[in-house]
Amino acid sequence: MANTDQGGLARFRKALWIGVVLVGAAGLGVWGYSQIQSGPPASDYASAFGGAFALTDPEGKPVSDKTLAGKPYAIFFGFTRCPDVCPTSLARMASLRKQLGADGMKFNIVFVSVDPERDTKPELAQYLTLFDTPIIGASGTATETAQAVKAFHVFYERVPNGENDYTIDHTASVFLMDAMGRFVSTIAHDESQETALAKLKRLVSQS
Amino acid sequence: MRNMIRTAGIGLMALALATPLLAHNYAIGKLAIGHPWTRETAASQKVGAGFLAITNSGKKADRLISATAAGMKEVQLHTVSMDNGVMRMRQLKDGIPVAAGETVTFKPGGYHLMFMGLTQPFKKGAKIPVTLRFQQAGNVKVQFAVQPVGSTTPIEVDHGKH
Repeated sequence: MANTDQGGLARFRKALWIGVVLVGAAGLGVWGYSQIQSGPPASDYASAFGGAFALTDPEGKPVSDKTLAGKPYAIFFGFTRCPDVCPTSLARMASLRKQLGADGMKFNIVFVSVDPERDTKPELAQYLTLFDTPIIGASGTATETAQAVKAFHVFYERVPNGENDYTIDHTASVFLMDAMGRFVSTIAHDESQETALAKLKRLVSQS
Repeated sequence: MRNMIRTAGIGLMALALATPLLAHNYAIGKLAIGHPWTRETAASQKVGAGFLAITNSGKKADRLISATAAGMKEVQLHTVSMDNGVMRMRQLKDGIPVAAGETVTFKPGGYHLMFMGLTQPFKKGAKIPVTLRFQQAGNVKVQFAVQPVGSTTPIEVDHGKH
Protein backbone atom coordinates (compact mmCIF):
# COMPACT_ATOMS: atom_id res chain seq x y z
CA MET A 1 0.00 0.00 0.00
CA ALA A 2 2.74 2.39 1.06
CA ASN A 3 4.70 1.38 -2.01
CA THR A 4 1.83 2.27 -4.26
CA ASP A 5 1.53 5.68 -2.59
CA GLN A 6 5.21 6.34 -3.03
CA GLY A 7 4.93 5.22 -6.62
CA GLY A 8 2.04 7.64 -7.07
CA LEU A 9 4.05 10.46 -5.52
CA ALA A 10 7.03 9.70 -7.73
CA ARG A 11 4.78 9.75 -10.76
CA PHE A 12 3.29 13.05 -9.60
CA ARG A 13 6.74 14.55 -9.14
CA LYS A 14 7.80 13.32 -12.54
CA ALA A 15 4.68 14.80 -14.12
CA LEU A 16 5.37 18.07 -12.33
CA TRP A 17 8.90 18.19 -13.69
CA ILE A 18 7.71 17.40 -17.21
CA GLY A 19 5.22 20.22 -16.79
CA VAL A 20 7.97 22.61 -15.72
CA VAL A 21 10.11 21.60 -18.67
CA LEU A 22 7.20 21.97 -21.09
CA VAL A 23 6.23 25.40 -19.79
CA GLY A 24 9.87 26.43 -19.96
CA ALA A 25 10.22 25.15 -23.52
CA ALA A 26 7.01 26.90 -24.54
CA GLY A 27 8.26 30.12 -22.99
CA LEU A 28 11.54 29.78 -24.83
CA GLY A 29 9.61 29.12 -28.03
CA VAL A 30 7.52 32.26 -27.59
CA TRP A 31 10.64 34.26 -26.81
CA GLY A 32 12.40 32.81 -29.83
CA TYR A 33 9.43 33.56 -32.05
CA SER A 34 9.23 37.15 -30.81
CA GLN A 35 12.93 37.48 -31.61
CA ILE A 36 12.30 36.31 -35.15
CA GLN A 37 9.35 38.65 -35.49
CA SER A 38 11.31 41.66 -34.29
CA GLY A 39 13.96 40.97 -36.93
CA PRO A 40 17.05 39.06 -35.97
CA PRO A 41 20.54 40.25 -36.75
CA ALA A 42 22.10 38.93 -39.94
CA SER A 43 24.08 36.35 -38.02
CA ASP A 44 20.91 34.57 -36.92
CA TYR A 45 19.78 34.23 -40.50
CA ALA A 46 23.19 32.97 -41.51
CA SER A 47 22.56 29.69 -39.79
CA ALA A 48 19.15 29.43 -41.44
CA PHE A 49 20.26 29.75 -45.09
CA GLY A 50 23.44 28.39 -46.57
CA GLY A 51 25.82 25.80 -45.25
CA ALA A 52 27.55 22.86 -46.78
CA PHE A 53 26.68 21.76 -50.30
CA ALA A 54 28.74 20.15 -53.05
CA LEU A 55 27.81 20.28 -56.73
CA THR A 56 29.74 20.48 -60.00
CA ASP A 57 29.79 22.95 -62.87
CA PRO A 58 29.22 21.89 -66.51
CA GLU A 59 32.93 21.12 -66.89
CA GLY A 60 32.86 18.86 -63.86
CA LYS A 61 34.69 21.25 -61.54
CA PRO A 62 33.38 21.43 -57.98
CA VAL A 63 30.99 24.19 -56.96
CA SER A 64 30.47 24.23 -53.22
CA ASP A 65 30.21 26.53 -50.25
CA LYS A 66 34.01 26.16 -50.05
CA THR A 67 34.84 26.94 -53.70
CA LEU A 68 32.52 29.97 -53.60
CA ALA A 69 34.05 31.38 -50.41
CA GLY A 70 36.09 34.55 -50.81
CA LYS A 71 33.60 36.39 -52.99
CA PRO A 72 29.95 37.21 -52.34
CA TYR A 73 27.47 35.38 -54.51
CA ALA A 74 23.87 35.44 -55.64
CA ILE A 75 22.42 31.95 -55.88
CA PHE A 76 19.22 30.93 -57.65
CA PHE A 77 17.54 27.55 -58.06
CA GLY A 78 15.69 26.64 -61.25
CA PHE A 79 15.71 24.47 -64.36
CA THR A 80 16.24 25.05 -68.07
CA ARG A 81 12.72 23.92 -69.02
CA CYS A 82 11.29 26.72 -66.90
CA PRO A 83 10.22 29.13 -69.64
CA ASP A 84 9.32 32.22 -67.69
CA VAL A 85 10.50 32.80 -64.13
CA CYS A 86 14.03 31.37 -64.56
CA PRO A 87 15.09 33.37 -67.63
CA THR A 88 13.44 36.45 -66.11
CA SER A 89 15.43 36.06 -62.88
CA LEU A 90 18.76 35.30 -64.53
CA ALA A 91 18.39 38.08 -67.09
CA ARG A 92 17.58 40.44 -64.24
CA MET A 93 20.70 39.43 -62.33
CA ALA A 94 22.70 40.04 -65.51
CA SER A 95 21.18 43.50 -65.97
CA LEU A 96 21.72 44.39 -62.30
CA ARG A 97 25.35 43.37 -62.63
CA LYS A 98 25.66 45.66 -65.65
CA GLN A 99 24.09 48.51 -63.64
CA LEU A 100 26.70 48.03 -60.93
CA GLY A 101 29.42 48.86 -63.43
CA ALA A 102 32.90 48.05 -62.14
CA ASP A 103 31.41 46.50 -58.99
CA GLY A 104 29.38 44.10 -61.11
CA MET A 105 32.08 41.46 -61.13
CA LYS A 106 32.59 41.63 -57.36
CA PHE A 107 30.02 38.91 -56.89
CA ASN A 108 29.33 35.59 -58.55
CA ILE A 109 26.00 34.51 -59.95
CA VAL A 110 25.24 30.84 -59.35
CA PHE A 111 22.42 28.88 -60.98
CA VAL A 112 21.59 25.53 -59.40
CA SER A 113 19.56 23.08 -61.45
CA VAL A 114 16.74 21.43 -59.53
CA ASP A 115 16.18 19.18 -62.54
CA PRO A 116 19.49 17.28 -62.81
CA GLU A 117 17.74 14.41 -64.55
CA ARG A 118 16.92 16.47 -67.63
CA ASP A 119 19.40 19.35 -67.39
CA THR A 120 22.50 17.70 -68.76
CA LYS A 121 25.77 19.52 -68.21
CA PRO A 122 26.13 20.60 -71.88
CA GLU A 123 22.52 21.84 -71.85
CA LEU A 124 23.12 23.79 -68.67
CA ALA A 125 26.30 25.35 -70.10
CA GLN A 126 24.54 26.38 -73.32
CA TYR A 127 21.56 27.74 -71.44
CA LEU A 128 23.73 30.00 -69.32
CA THR A 129 25.47 31.51 -72.36
CA LEU A 130 22.14 33.20 -73.17
CA PHE A 131 22.57 35.77 -70.46
CA ASP A 132 25.75 37.41 -71.74
CA THR A 133 27.47 37.43 -68.38
CA PRO A 134 29.43 34.77 -66.49
CA ILE A 135 27.03 32.58 -64.51
CA ILE A 136 28.28 29.55 -62.61
CA GLY A 137 26.09 26.57 -63.46
CA ALA A 138 25.82 23.97 -60.74
CA SER A 139 24.19 20.56 -60.75
CA GLY A 140 24.68 17.23 -59.08
CA THR A 141 23.14 13.88 -58.36
CA ALA A 142 19.69 13.72 -56.83
CA THR A 143 21.27 13.44 -53.36
CA GLU A 144 23.69 16.33 -53.93
CA THR A 145 20.88 18.47 -55.29
CA ALA A 146 18.68 17.62 -52.32
CA GLN A 147 21.50 18.63 -49.97
CA ALA A 148 21.99 22.02 -51.68
CA VAL A 149 18.26 22.63 -51.68
CA LYS A 150 18.10 21.74 -48.00
CA ALA A 151 20.96 24.09 -47.14
CA PHE A 152 19.04 27.02 -48.60
CA HIS A 153 15.60 25.86 -47.43
CA VAL A 154 14.47 25.97 -51.01
CA PHE A 155 11.16 24.39 -51.88
CA TYR A 156 10.97 22.29 -55.02
CA GLU A 157 8.48 19.73 -56.12
CA ARG A 158 7.90 17.84 -59.34
CA VAL A 159 4.41 18.27 -60.70
CA PRO A 160 3.15 16.05 -63.55
CA ASN A 161 2.29 17.93 -66.74
CA GLY A 162 0.41 15.53 -68.94
CA GLU A 163 1.45 11.89 -69.18
CA ASN A 164 5.16 11.96 -69.90
CA ASP A 165 6.18 15.37 -68.73
CA TYR A 166 6.61 17.26 -65.53
CA THR A 167 7.25 20.78 -64.37
CA ILE A 168 8.86 21.84 -61.12
CA ASP A 169 7.40 24.22 -58.57
CA HIS A 170 10.31 25.96 -56.91
CA THR A 171 11.36 28.90 -54.77
CA ALA A 172 11.92 31.86 -57.06
CA SER A 173 13.97 34.05 -54.72
CA VAL A 174 17.63 34.82 -55.23
CA PHE A 175 19.76 34.31 -52.10
CA LEU A 176 22.59 36.76 -51.48
CA MET A 177 25.56 35.34 -49.59
CA ASP A 178 28.62 37.21 -48.39
CA ALA A 179 32.25 36.26 -48.99
CA MET A 180 32.18 34.06 -45.88
CA GLY A 181 29.17 32.16 -47.19
CA ARG A 182 26.85 33.82 -44.72
CA PHE A 183 23.33 34.71 -45.72
CA VAL A 184 22.77 38.45 -46.26
CA SER A 185 19.32 38.76 -47.85
CA THR A 186 17.06 37.57 -50.61
CA ILE A 187 15.86 39.26 -53.75
CA ALA A 188 12.26 38.27 -54.26
CA HIS A 189 10.99 37.64 -57.77
CA ASP A 190 8.59 40.59 -57.63
CA GLU A 191 10.97 43.00 -55.91
CA SER A 192 11.65 46.30 -57.67
CA GLN A 193 14.83 46.81 -59.64
CA GLU A 194 15.81 49.68 -57.29
CA THR A 195 15.55 47.58 -54.13
CA ALA A 196 17.37 44.70 -55.79
CA LEU A 197 20.17 47.02 -56.91
CA ALA A 198 20.48 48.53 -53.42
CA LYS A 199 20.81 45.03 -51.94
CA LEU A 200 23.53 44.08 -54.40
CA LYS A 201 25.40 47.33 -53.74
CA ARG A 202 25.35 46.52 -50.04
CA LEU A 203 26.51 42.98 -50.75
CA VAL A 204 29.56 44.03 -52.77
CA SER A 205 30.43 46.89 -50.42
CA GLN A 206 30.73 44.44 -47.54
CA SER A 207 33.44 42.50 -49.27
CA MET B 1 -27.35 55.91 -83.62
CA ARG B 2 -25.64 58.50 -85.78
CA ASN B 3 -23.51 59.40 -82.81
CA MET B 4 -22.56 55.82 -82.33
CA ILE B 5 -21.52 55.50 -85.95
CA ARG B 6 -19.52 58.69 -85.66
CA THR B 7 -17.82 57.49 -82.48
CA ALA B 8 -17.06 54.18 -84.10
CA GLY B 9 -15.71 56.02 -87.14
CA ILE B 10 -13.41 58.13 -85.00
CA GLY B 11 -12.36 55.01 -83.16
CA LEU B 12 -11.50 53.28 -86.40
CA MET B 13 -9.58 56.30 -87.62
CA ALA B 14 -7.65 56.44 -84.37
CA LEU B 15 -6.92 52.73 -84.69
CA ALA B 16 -5.78 53.17 -88.28
CA LEU B 17 -3.49 56.01 -87.23
CA ALA B 18 -2.14 54.12 -84.25
CA THR B 19 -1.46 50.90 -86.13
CA PRO B 20 1.75 51.93 -87.88
CA LEU B 21 3.31 52.68 -84.48
CA LEU B 22 2.72 49.16 -83.23
CA ALA B 23 4.99 46.34 -84.20
CA HIS B 24 2.40 43.87 -85.36
CA ASN B 25 -1.25 43.22 -84.72
CA TYR B 26 -3.76 40.70 -85.92
CA ALA B 27 -7.53 40.53 -85.99
CA ILE B 28 -10.12 37.83 -86.35
CA GLY B 29 -13.81 38.51 -85.93
CA LYS B 30 -14.19 40.64 -82.85
CA LEU B 31 -10.76 39.78 -81.53
CA ALA B 32 -7.65 41.89 -81.84
CA ILE B 33 -4.29 40.33 -81.05
CA GLY B 34 -1.50 42.65 -80.08
CA HIS B 35 2.22 42.09 -80.45
CA PRO B 36 2.90 38.41 -79.89
CA TRP B 37 6.46 38.06 -78.56
CA THR B 38 8.76 35.44 -77.18
CA ARG B 39 12.34 35.25 -75.95
CA GLU B 40 15.43 33.92 -77.63
CA THR B 41 16.40 30.43 -76.49
CA ALA B 42 19.69 28.61 -76.10
CA ALA B 43 20.62 25.99 -78.68
CA SER B 44 19.96 23.22 -76.19
CA GLN B 45 16.75 24.64 -74.79
CA LYS B 46 13.57 22.68 -75.36
CA VAL B 47 11.02 25.27 -74.28
CA GLY B 48 9.98 28.86 -74.76
CA ALA B 49 7.16 31.07 -73.56
CA GLY B 50 4.99 33.23 -75.80
CA PHE B 51 3.16 36.36 -74.74
CA LEU B 52 0.51 38.54 -76.38
CA ALA B 53 -2.61 40.58 -75.71
CA ILE B 54 -6.10 39.59 -76.83
CA THR B 55 -8.88 42.19 -76.92
CA ASN B 56 -12.45 41.06 -77.37
CA SER B 57 -14.52 43.97 -78.68
CA GLY B 58 -17.53 41.73 -79.28
CA LYS B 59 -20.57 41.09 -77.13
CA LYS B 60 -19.84 37.39 -76.66
CA ALA B 61 -17.18 35.81 -74.55
CA ASP B 62 -14.55 33.85 -76.42
CA ARG B 63 -11.82 31.48 -75.37
CA LEU B 64 -8.35 30.63 -76.61
CA ILE B 65 -8.55 26.86 -76.64
CA SER B 66 -5.30 25.76 -78.25
CA ALA B 67 -2.41 26.68 -80.47
CA THR B 68 -0.18 24.87 -82.92
CA ALA B 69 3.13 25.65 -84.53
CA ALA B 70 5.67 24.02 -86.81
CA GLY B 71 9.17 23.42 -85.49
CA MET B 72 8.04 22.16 -82.11
CA LYS B 73 6.29 19.21 -80.59
CA GLU B 74 3.47 20.99 -78.89
CA VAL B 75 2.05 24.30 -77.71
CA GLN B 76 0.34 24.40 -74.33
CA LEU B 77 -1.51 27.15 -72.53
CA HIS B 78 -0.03 27.87 -69.13
CA THR B 79 -0.33 30.11 -66.17
CA VAL B 80 2.34 30.98 -63.65
CA SER B 81 1.63 32.04 -60.11
CA MET B 82 3.76 32.98 -57.16
CA ASP B 83 2.76 31.39 -53.91
CA ASN B 84 4.82 32.52 -50.92
CA GLY B 85 7.92 32.94 -53.03
CA VAL B 86 7.34 29.64 -54.82
CA MET B 87 6.80 29.66 -58.57
CA ARG B 88 4.06 27.33 -59.74
CA MET B 89 3.35 26.72 -63.42
CA ARG B 90 0.20 24.94 -64.54
CA GLN B 91 -1.29 23.88 -67.83
CA LEU B 92 -4.76 25.30 -68.54
CA LYS B 93 -6.44 22.47 -70.39
CA ASP B 94 -9.74 24.32 -70.68
CA GLY B 95 -8.07 27.25 -72.38
CA ILE B 96 -8.04 30.90 -71.44
CA PRO B 97 -11.29 32.92 -71.45
CA VAL B 98 -11.50 36.34 -73.06
CA ALA B 99 -14.66 38.01 -71.77
CA ALA B 100 -16.65 40.39 -73.94
CA GLY B 101 -15.19 43.87 -73.92
CA GLU B 102 -12.02 42.78 -72.13
CA THR B 103 -8.33 42.56 -72.88
CA VAL B 104 -6.35 39.61 -71.58
CA THR B 105 -2.63 40.21 -71.53
CA PHE B 106 -0.27 37.26 -71.46
CA LYS B 107 2.88 38.36 -69.69
CA PRO B 108 5.77 37.09 -67.57
CA GLY B 109 4.46 35.84 -64.24
CA GLY B 110 0.98 35.20 -65.66
CA TYR B 111 -0.44 33.52 -68.77
CA HIS B 112 1.85 32.26 -71.52
CA LEU B 113 1.85 29.93 -74.46
CA MET B 114 4.39 27.25 -73.70
CA PHE B 115 6.32 26.20 -76.76
CA MET B 116 7.53 22.67 -76.09
CA GLY B 117 9.95 20.32 -77.76
CA LEU B 118 11.62 22.98 -79.91
CA THR B 119 13.45 21.44 -82.84
CA GLN B 120 15.51 24.59 -83.32
CA PRO B 121 16.24 27.55 -81.07
CA PHE B 122 14.47 30.89 -81.30
CA LYS B 123 16.97 33.40 -82.68
CA LYS B 124 16.73 37.05 -81.74
CA GLY B 125 14.87 39.01 -84.41
CA ALA B 126 13.17 35.93 -85.93
CA LYS B 127 9.41 35.50 -86.25
CA ILE B 128 7.75 32.30 -85.08
CA PRO B 129 4.51 31.49 -86.91
CA VAL B 130 1.79 30.13 -84.60
CA THR B 131 -1.87 29.33 -85.23
CA LEU B 132 -4.18 30.31 -82.39
CA ARG B 133 -7.53 28.56 -82.13
CA PHE B 134 -10.45 30.39 -80.54
CA GLN B 135 -13.74 28.78 -79.62
CA GLN B 136 -15.87 31.44 -81.33
CA ALA B 137 -13.61 33.36 -83.67
CA GLY B 138 -11.84 30.32 -85.08
CA ASN B 139 -8.22 30.11 -86.22
CA VAL B 140 -5.84 32.97 -86.68
CA LYS B 141 -2.22 32.85 -87.79
CA VAL B 142 0.10 35.17 -85.92
CA GLN B 143 3.86 35.62 -85.67
CA PHE B 144 5.73 35.82 -82.42
CA ALA B 145 8.65 38.25 -82.51
CA VAL B 146 11.76 36.80 -80.85
CA GLN B 147 13.09 39.34 -78.36
CA PRO B 148 16.24 39.35 -76.17
CA VAL B 149 16.13 36.93 -73.24
CA GLY B 150 15.93 39.79 -70.73
CA SER B 151 12.67 41.15 -72.16
CA THR B 152 9.75 41.47 -69.80
CA THR B 153 7.49 43.47 -72.10
CA PRO B 154 6.93 43.60 -75.86
CA ILE B 155 9.35 45.79 -77.73
CA GLU B 156 7.40 47.98 -80.12
CA VAL B 157 9.39 48.44 -83.28
CA ASP B 158 8.83 51.57 -85.31
CA HIS B 159 8.88 50.17 -88.82
CA GLY B 160 9.21 53.70 -90.22
CA LYS B 161 12.86 53.66 -89.18
CA HIS B 162 13.78 50.64 -91.25
